Amino acid sequence: MPTFNRYKHFVIYGVFVPLIEKRIQNPVQIERALTRISHEILERNGGVANLVLVGMHSRGVPLAHRISSAIERFEGVKVPVGKLDIGMYRDDISEKGSPVMKPTDIPSDINDKTVVIIDDVLYTGRSIRAAMDAISDFGRPSQMQLGVLVDRGHRELPIRADYVGKNVPTSREEDVQVRLQEIDGEDAIVITSNSDNTGDVI
Amino acid sequence: MTLETTARQTFSQQNILDLDSFTSQDITYVLDNTLAMEQVLDREIRKVPALRGKTVVTLFYESSTRTRVSFEQAAKILSADVINVTSGGSSSKKGESLYNTALTIQAMQADIIIVRHPHSGAPHFLARQLEAKVINAGDGTHAHPTQSLLDLYTIRKNIGTIEGKKIVIVGDILYSRVARSNLWGLTKMGARVVICGPQTLIPNDFLNGHRTEEGHPFAGVEVQTDLDAALKDADVIMTLRLQLERQKAGHLPSLREYSQTYGLNARRLAMAKDGALVMHPGPMNEGVEIETDIAHGTQSVIEEQVKSGVAVRMSLLYSMAASQNLEI
Repeated sequence: MPTFNRYKHFVIYGVFVPLIEKRIQNPVQIERALTRISHEILERNGGVANLVLVGMHSRGVPLAHRISSAIERFEGVKVPVGKLDIGMYRDDISEKGSPVMKPTDIPSDINDKTVVIIDDVLYTGRSIRAAMDAISDFGRPSQMQLGVLVDRGHRELPIRADYVGKNVPTSREEDVQVRLQEIDGEDAIVITSNSDNTGDVI
Repeated sequence: MTLETTARQTFSQQNILDLDSFTSQDITYVLDNTLAMEQVLDREIRKVPALRGKTVVTLFYESSTRTRVSFEQAAKILSADVINVTSGGSSSKKGESLYNTALTIQAMQADIIIVRHPHSGAPHFLARQLEAKVINAGDGTHAHPTQSLLDLYTIRKNIGTIEGKKIVIVGDILYSRVARSNLWGLTKMGARVVICGPQTLIPNDFLNGHRTEEGHPFAGVEVQTDLDAALKDADVIMTLRLQLERQKAGHLPSLREYSQTYGLNARRLAMAKDGALVMHPGPMNEGVEIETDIAHGTQSVIEEQVKSGVAVRMSLLYSMAASQNLEI
């Protein structure tokens, strides 16, 4: 059900533009999706041997930690988790500016390992392209795989995810936000859009 | 998405001429990103593609080792193409003006020109005339913003914060571009700054109080001629290079007297806070403004200043590329 967030409307040229928020997943559903992804990772790779999870800042990092602890519950083995900031690898630095970069920490030797990149939302694929370049500078994994909580479509590069929590068809005007307990204080997936352009789906 | 893009505009400078135009957010942005740059320096493959396809030219009309090399190193690690021009080996030897040399360099599609020049204001002149972005790597006695940024970074890294700390700058304030840029940088970050030196080497505006009146950005800056008094409770001591020509110019009776009155030694260092940082922008005259055992002692972060120079300059180049106004 679309909800009306009374604090987020704004006015453009005197026209009232309500901001509509739609919550598409609740905390239980998110947890189930992550549990399924964890099982799929194990199934696909035949166990935890040689696995390394790399979370992309910001929200990929807590997601990678959650998947790692889920795997630990099933298998009793802790999979190493790394953090990655792709600021220096983006192809649009001069167009979009850049937030302050967060620390990158690739825990172990990734040569000949299976690196699973974890991010919250897969959209154009450009961040994933940057992440693959960044990881290649740390070594040569035998395989890279991609796990995302939400795939919202609109790819601009030939990239697809190996593990998807939920496919969410969106228009480019919409904004998909993953909110996580560790960063935002709640678990939710929210689609926001301005009511005046929800109609034109490209 | 729109909300996110506005939050990303965190660096507002187009040219880097001095820190007077920086906001404290700009400074914080550069210092914060320096951490990520230091991590790149620790990697096995020290190369990231952030400035791929950009051309950076260093144009140095004054001799320099650490500044030029660290700029070159920084730009190369960020994958820019770097061309070095020095006044000795260029057409300026044949009488070409600074403006024409710079136009030539711009015509070769330089995106960023890093200038050091003996005349104050030379980089500002170029920034007005050229489309390429200009970074001031030291102009006359005026400004040396990147040295100040790396000083700020070194302080923050060692004592956590700059705000509220007592920083004593000792020596030839009058002719020091490092001191001038640091006055801007330190006061913008909320430090308590004391400048100390013989009256002949302190700018008149500070001596007669014009710089320290209410409302002036330097209103909080203290002026001291007695180093022992200045050092009380100091968190950081920045010693400045004493140009040996100053004595000939009549600013000092003798180098020996200067080093006895303003040289940093173990007895004086003990007057500052325990563990106070000792800094120097280099190159040092050991035995004049600083004793050898202090310069290489446990409280000295002088080598660290040089080391963080590369990461700070990487962060600055990256910040310029990331600033939305910069179409490089």
